[in-house]
Amino acid sequence: MTRYILQRLGIALAVAVALSFVTFMLLNFATDPAYAIAGEDAEQEVIEQIRETYGLDRPVMVRYADWASGMLTGDFGESYYWNKPVAALVADRAPVTLLLSVMGLAVTILIALPLGILAALNPNTWIDRMALGVAVSAQAVPNFWLGLIMIILFAVTFPIFPVSGDDSLAHFVLPAFVLGASSVPAVMRLTRTGMIEVMESDFIRTARAKGFRGGDLVRRHALRNAMLPVISVLAVQLGHKFSGSVITETIFAINGLGRLALESILGSDIPTVQILIFVFAMVFVLMNLLADILNAALDPRLRLG
Amino acid sequence: MTHFSDTDIAAEAALARDGAEDTPPPPLTPGQLVRGRAAKHRGFQLGLGILVALIMTAIFAPLIAPHDPFVQSLANRMQPPVWSEGGTWEYPLGTDANGRDYLSRLIYGTRISLAVGFGAATIGMFIGVTLGVISGYFGGRVDQGVNFLLTAQLALPGLLLAMALVFIIGPSVWVVIGIVGVLHWTYYLVVTRSATMRLREIDFVAASEATGATRWQIMSHEILPNLSNQIMVIFTFELGVSILAEASLSFLGVGIQPPNPSWGLMIAEGKEVMFFRPWLVVLPGIALFLLVVGANLVGDGLRDITSPEGRN
Repeated sequence: MTRYILQRLGIALAVAVALSFVTFMLLNFATDPAYAIAGEDAEQEVIEQIRETYGLDRPVMVRYADWASGMLTGDFGESYYWNKPVAALVADRAPVTLLLSVMGLAVTILIALPLGILAALNPNTWIDRMALGVAVSAQAVPNFWLGLIMIILFAVTFPIFPVSGDDSLAHFVLPAFVLGASSVPAVMRLTRTGMIEVMESDFIRTARAKGFRGGDLVRRHALRNAMLPVISVLAVQLGHKFSGSVITETIFAINGLGRLALESILGSDIPTVQILIFVFAMVFVLMNLLADILNAALDPRLRLG
Repeated sequence: MTHFSDTDIAAEAALARDGAEDTPPPPLTPGQLVRGRAAKHRGFQLGLGILVALIMTAIFAPLIAPHDPFVQSLANRMQPPVWSEGGTWEYPLGTDANGRDYLSRLIYGTRISLAVGFGAATIGMFIGVTLGVISGYFGGRVDQGVNFLLTAQLALPGLLLAMALVFIIGPSVWVVIGIVGVLHWTYYLVVTRSATMRLREIDFVAASEATGATRWQIMSHEILPNLSNQIMVIFTFELGVSILAEASLSFLGVGIQPPNPSWGLMIAEGKEVMFFRPWLVVLPGIALFLLVVGANLVGDGLRDITSPEGRN
């Protein structure tokens, strides 16, 4: 078990280093940060001065080493656009996005698991077909459009939930629904397939022969086994929720990391964009690591094999 | 050239013949079997119908569209659609804030969505299939390297990275196609890699090696043709994914730029007045939904029809 976790940890670390390099290089080669700060038609003198002030006249590898080592000590650099340390910006906005992501995941679980289980227990009936219909539709609905439709409906027709801002928990209900809906198809399909497989397996037949029926059989025997792959996918989906927050936060005017990302891009604020891409990637890497460890802890076959 | 999946289907056809003993055996070729399954698959037919209709709309847009999608008319701003009060058949779906005919803009919008969808899905296919076949065939170090690339790509926040790159490089249809394509290859890789690993162990590859075929010949002439069904299925799914990615980018202002009639951009423009003119937001969303549902239904259908078991 320890060896397995150490191995996973090693891969996660290597990915983190590779991604920090890629994000830094991609955005640095694609644009000249000095022009981004000064604006396209700034005078050459101003550009030179900005290069010197921000240390942009040094070789790119030196700047990467500087950036990466700064990150290790919690120094994420200075935002040109917000005139603040990027670390402070991120720390300020992260709790909002975390709350939104967790609520979004809760929505996914509340819709996808019951639907998937019901569909698996009644294969090829109208319930199964309805669940499949929900999955196919949810996969094709543009997320930002669903958000706008929710706003139109709830602002005018059913004014139950606020549609803009992040002042109270009620403000998060609609955004969480929109964010959560995007993961429903994947989680629902996986739950259904896993459940069908388990229900056809030998140990369920044995349990049936021993007299287990209905809810007891499903809860105590089938569900526990069918949930193994679902748990790891849920962890990965939580990682996706963070990057999905860009659209949801923009539409519902929530001041989290996603909205910060869009505003920083539109303001050509490369240091902030770099850090945000890296932070989102790291959330994903951590969630993946957590999923691997959880799976190994729950399924002895994995850590021994 | 040996078609693994075809031989499987042929075996199934033979089984189907053996099963019917009292009636004379119907001569079922693999092609007929696939066509027979397609004829029974309602989701596939519906999806194909939607997709073909929208492709036709894109090709014949100038003939179908009642107006020029770019011509503005201040006198005809914000006309309601024909079913609303004050709507006329002159502008069946009304006009936008610049007085442009909304139906014509929606019709021309199919061109942008389909161009980005097919372009990006093709780029992703070249990257993903190449990496998948190479890593599946060689295994070992090569496979580990590709696997690392995959892990890194999966961790990257795709939409955010695409937004940043499109904004920095400068938004145009070609840039959007390129960036969306370069970021969507992982699904192709995962599927073609494991399929190649399985194919590599089958006798016809060994036979080909014995006749002196080079590795390149084996990969391109023996293995690749047998992956075509799976690649086709993934292509249709990535078509939908890429179309939605373009719409999201354009909606956020870092994709297709005005005055082009991208559906995502049209939704962003309609957002400003969505409480008073909701159709400006609703209609392009329905168009996007139809196109992506069509692609996904075709993908689901193709998978059911071409896999040897026929279903699941």
